[in-house]
Amino acid sequence: MRFALRRAGFLLITLWAALTLNFLLPRIMPGNPVEAAIASLRVPLTPSEINAIAAQFGVNQHQSLISEYFTYLGHILTGNLGVSFVHYPTPVTSYIATGIWWTLGLVGTTTVLAFLAGTAVGAIAAWRRGSRLDSTIPPLLVFTTAIPVFWVGLMLILVFSSVLGWLPSKGGYSLGATPSFTPAFVGDVLQHAILPAIALLITTIGAWVLTMRNTMVGTLTEDYVRMARAKGLPSHRIMVNYAARNAILPNLTGFAMSLGFVVSGAILIEYVFNYPGVGFMLLQAVESNDYPLMQGLFLLITVAVLLCIVLSDIATAILDPRTRTAS
Amino acid sequence: MAVPISVTRGQGPVLPEPSALPAGSGNRGRAALGRLTTAIRRNRKATAGVILLALFTLIALFPNLIPHYNPAEIFYGPKCPSCYSAPALVQASPSSAHWLGTDLEGHDVFSQVIVGTRAVLVLALVTGLLTTLIAMVVGVAAAYLGGTWDGVLNLVTDVLLVIPLFPLLIVIVKYAGQSGNVVLIAVLTITGWSYTARQLRAQAQSLRNRDFLLAAKVRGERSFYIIMVEMIPTMTSLLLACFLTNALYAVLAGSGLQFLGLGDPNLVSWGTTLYWANSQGALQAGLYLWEIVPGLCIALLGAAFALLNYAFDEISNPALRPMRASAKRKKVPLATPTPTPAGGRLATDDAHAG
Repeated sequence: MRFALRRAGFLLITLWAALTLNFLLPRIMPGNPVEAAIASLRVPLTPSEINAIAAQFGVNQHQSLISEYFTYLGHILTGNLGVSFVHYPTPVTSYIATGIWWTLGLVGTTTVLAFLAGTAVGAIAAWRRGSRLDSTIPPLLVFTTAIPVFWVGLMLILVFSSVLGWLPSKGGYSLGATPSFTPAFVGDVLQHAILPAIALLITTIGAWVLTMRNTMVGTLTEDYVRMARAKGLPSHRIMVNYAARNAILPNLTGFAMSLGFVVSGAILIEYVFNYPGVGFMLLQAVESNDYPLMQGLFLLITVAVLLCIVLSDIATAILDPRTRTAS
Repeated sequence: MAVPISVTRGQGPVLPEPSALPAGSGNRGRAALGRLTTAIRRNRKATAGVILLALFTLIALFPNLIPHYNPAEIFYGPKCPSCYSAPALVQASPSSAHWLGTDLEGHDVFSQVIVGTRAVLVLALVTGLLTTLIAMVVGVAAAYLGGTWDGVLNLVTDVLLVIPLFPLLIVIVKYAGQSGNVVLIAVLTITGWSYTARQLRAQAQSLRNRDFLLAAKVRGERSFYIIMVEMIPTMTSLLLACFLTNALYAVLAGSGLQFLGLGDPNLVSWGTTLYWANSQGALQAGLYLWEIVPGLCIALLGAAFALLNYAFDEISNPALRPMRASAKRKKVPLATPTPTPAGGRLATDDAHAG
């Protein structure tokens, strides 16, 4: 209970820190959001119009920084993230909603796939210590974890798009196609997702394999595994139910965390492939000084991570009895 | 030939306590260095990492060893005799004069790769060093001082750990403007130390009640002396591992930001070369090497750090060593042949432990 309260306190402080950072960054940095907005409208405005715009964006020019800060916190608590400058007058929340499904679909799926495949390969590599699989895969994966993901994306485009011409290189679906739930459109979306998904898989799978392998190499020396062997249990049962089951904890908590980073984890890949997700959206917002959109996205990303930490805590408490008794 | 690096249960690699080594600091240092070189030579991953790193360091220190042009020089094609306009830019596909071709503004790409090595290496080493230093101070101080200090430092570390860094980096670097490598190093340092601080704190905490520290306390030494002279030297190999982790982070995050066109687009660096390649449409123009080589260099430098890190894990944790090597080593008794289940695990899992 005390542990749960401390965690809740920590999460609240983190959320507050992120919100404050979010509020301060655009204000510390050179340039005024209202001026940027007026510049992006490209029409001459009267002072009263300027004030109206400032009020619209929640940037009151006659307000002190501190009262502005509390107005900002109040707006966030009521779910009011303001209006996008560039896509005026679309509210930030509804604009983000158009991108979030693309990101969740692409990055969420690849995260789950990388976790499942990586954990399985890691378990098998540890089980067959010294086999050909175990002596080739881990060094190779040490290399793949060090490759920049955007470059893997570029290379995939080079081979499968530019040279071979098999797959599209840009966007979430073909230009001119109307989003709908027809088989043709779904197929088109899948075709566009293949290359970015492979790039993400190549660069993320290594960590899962190596963590699983190295933890399981440890559990394999434990007495309960020797005991299971002595009992004459079939080896696949020892591998899955005894060794792997006890080694999977770091990977599982890591998995819960990485779900939180799904939203922000693929900014570079979305940029390389012009994928219409929130990562690409964030870059465009930064590029065009769209402060409300930028703040909204940053908030979304932080909240996603915090939610997944809660999830990871709960998962650990359920799976590992030691954490329950320790607190 | 044994590698007498002992392993503390559950907390990663530690070099032997100073008291266990022959007296005399010069002797001690040389012995440690000797052990390190033997360990590196015996581990194939470590050898590969060291060779790669040495190669890049050589190019960064002495770029003139490899003949190249000034990366700012603009090359023009043959002058068109019948027209009065200025000669066209080269825009060359690879040739004997321009091994990797030129970009669409007539700059030689190969020269950019050679000259860019220094910027990337400086970014990696300086950021790696500074982040490890901050992590060391924060982590060890938190563990040694305990109480409120521990609580506060831990909170700062944890908050920094869960705030999504890359989006934050994008926003900060964008506003910091085009001021070269220094801003990039500063930003990556401020945001990047938290992960290794956590590892170092765990290690320092396991040391806290060791006899040699209690002895120092009884002698009446000050905290500062105990931390600097007694604790930190025992953590050398973990510090090295942290440095490698942070250097890899700096290479990947820094190149990623440069690739997005953030930072200084005029600084010659592999990430910026890729940015120009991408924004000038190298793939569409068929100038493939322009996109392949700089990225490959980033991957190789990153691999050097990652391989070394993984190799140190194997060296300090005998349980992780490849089977064949450990069979050979059976003849030589190890100083402490305890395979540790959780010791020296790979970087990824500790970050998620809480």
